[in-house]
Amino acid sequence: MIIHRKDHRVLVQGLTGKQGSFWAEKMIACGTSVVGGVNPKRAGEQHLGVPVFVSAVEAMKAAPFDTAVMFIPPSMAKDAALDAIKAGAKSLVILTEHVPARDVMAIHAAAAAGNTRIIGPNTAGLVTPGEGFIGIMPGHNPNVFKPGNIGVISRSGSLGTLVSLNLTRAGMGQSAFVGIGGDPMIGTTTRDALQALDQDERTVGIVLVGEIGGSMEERAAEYARGMKKPVVSFIAGRSSPPGKKMGHAGAIVTGSAGSYAVKRAQLEAAGVTVVDTPKDIPLALGALLKMTLH
Amino acid sequence: MNFVEHVAKAMVLEPAGIPVPVGRLCRSPAEASELFLQVGPCVVKAQVPTGKRGKAGGIKIASTPEEAAQRTQEILALTIDGHHVKEVLLEQRAAIAREFYAAVMIDFNARKPLVLFSTEGGMDIEQVAARNPANIRRRLVDLESGLDAASAGHLVSGLGLGAAEAQVSRILEHMYAAFLSCDAELIEINPLALLEDGRVVALDCKFTLDDSSAFRQPELAKHGASEIMTPLERRGAEAGLKFIQLDGDIGVLANGAGLTMTTMDVISHQGGRPANFLEIGGEAYTKAEIALDLVLSNPGVKALVVNFCGAFARTDVMAEGVVKAWQKLKPSVPVFFSIHGTGEEEARAMVRSQLGLEPLDFMEEAVAAAIAATKSKVSA
Repeated sequence: MIIHRKDHRVLVQGLTGKQGSFWAEKMIACGTSVVGGVNPKRAGEQHLGVPVFVSAVEAMKAAPFDTAVMFIPPSMAKDAALDAIKAGAKSLVILTEHVPARDVMAIHAAAAAGNTRIIGPNTAGLVTPGEGFIGIMPGHNPNVFKPGNIGVISRSGSLGTLVSLNLTRAGMGQSAFVGIGGDPMIGTTTRDALQALDQDERTVGIVLVGEIGGSMEERAAEYARGMKKPVVSFIAGRSSPPGKKMGHAGAIVTGSAGSYAVKRAQLEAAGVTVVDTPKDIPLALGALLKMTLH
Repeated sequence: MNFVEHVAKAMVLEPAGIPVPVGRLCRSPAEASELFLQVGPCVVKAQVPTGKRGKAGGIKIASTPEEAAQRTQEILALTIDGHHVKEVLLEQRAAIAREFYAAVMIDFNARKPLVLFSTEGGMDIEQVAARNPANIRRRLVDLESGLDAASAGHLVSGLGLGAAEAQVSRILEHMYAAFLSCDAELIEINPLALLEDGRVVALDCKFTLDDSSAFRQPELAKHGASEIMTPLERRGAEAGLKFIQLDGDIGVLANGAGLTMTTMDVISHQGGRPANFLEIGGEAYTKAEIALDLVLSNPGVKALVVNFCGAFARTDVMAEGVVKAWQKLKPSVPVFFSIHGTGEEEARAMVRSQLGLEPLDFMEEAVAAAIAATKSKVSA
């Protein structure tokens, strides 16, 4: 469930809120199969043409779903996530930023026990051009996303948007965009996303948009070593001062761990082409695809 | 959020039942000689949130009231790792038999709490890890089952702790409980000392509060150590914006952490120098007006790059804020826009009609134009 599909049935937790409504409407217009929403205070109502339930557990009985997406504030994120996991969601997209770390650990523990895949927290979501999207990405904007065969992985929503847009402008549509989230403790890692796109038949090339901090790019590099599909990477934060959190909680360099230099070296050693600026991504990918196709 | 030693001891360790030495907080040499009478021979310790106190001369021994006053005066004159020392802790000295290391922290990859213990205390644990990794015991804790007495005991067994083993084991259990109840990212006791009289006490404590939990730890959050910030960075923080002042001359205003870091990287890659990090992503995208004011208040700024790529953040809302602020502040520096994503048509139209500027197609072009502008200004 790392790659969104048209037939994935989606439950929107926080559907009736301002952001939930705004984005669910766009998701539906884009082809996403939204089957219901959750708001305990408005259970029984219809909103955006779908029923509102008191909980995800109740929703599962009347309107079975595969994926839940949370438009829920940080203090209530844990309860909402545990509800979706208890309901038996196959995957759960947590958009919320600043979820308390102890709650994040509890969510991951419950998800592991209940077999729910967590995407995020602090992700911008998943987009599959031509099929739909989940989250807060401009999946409905044809200038940004168009169907194709390039997979994009990004910790950041804004940078992932720019990279997808540059690909689209270069005539390279996307098979899937996977936003994994800017937090240090996310459920689906860069490596998981890389593996999913590697195994996806439609995807012929992959763009890995990383950031300084943590060791996810290094772990993804281990996987990339055995891959046949070309991978191009851009790592943000090369010019960031050490020891400072650069907006994303995960984007902090302490000592040599998580540094730009280490990530770049390990990705390059694994055969990944690392570029200096986002504009170079389509160029590098084009050159590599030409080589692999001939 | 970081905490100084005495706050960590008083608010995290003591409520959890972890023994600490008798200590008194002190702000002047005169106070020190008076408090000496209550604590006796002591260690005078700078209260700053950094691990480099000892090497910087921030920890000294005093055996008389006069010495306590003298040492206090010396330490209060120090600036350690950028922190002015404003307080010292006078802590009762005791004869130490052995020094251990104990910590509970978040293992971000395992997504679980991690308990660490080593019999090599009193030194940098990363050095122990590099030199003698076998000397560090680790245990990932299952949140559901917690750290029970048996597993805490197992963690410290076979290390030759003798009569202290039960005490140390209980301290680990208490540390784990405090880790949860205080929403810690890290609780580290280094050294955890076995005294010659057989007691085990925490001689130091490093505590980091998970920033995202501050809202439900109001008492702790009130006592966090203030970060070192420039006046502009403080203004940003007060407005709820993460602003980091750098020494370059190209101001950066972008949305989202990833895009903002990238804009800085592209400036550096093209031979320019970014003047700041400032993102107005997430819910902060409505704060473009105050954000622009901050960027332009940085005296080194000679040109500005505004790079918006709307996903969640609407570029039309951000552009409106920038245009408003621009018209109010009437800055003399040149500005270069690149705008894409959610709301781009309206945003570009606004920049054209209100500021008479044409947004550039790629961010790389906006950056190149800004760098060229700073160079031509220098030569003019």
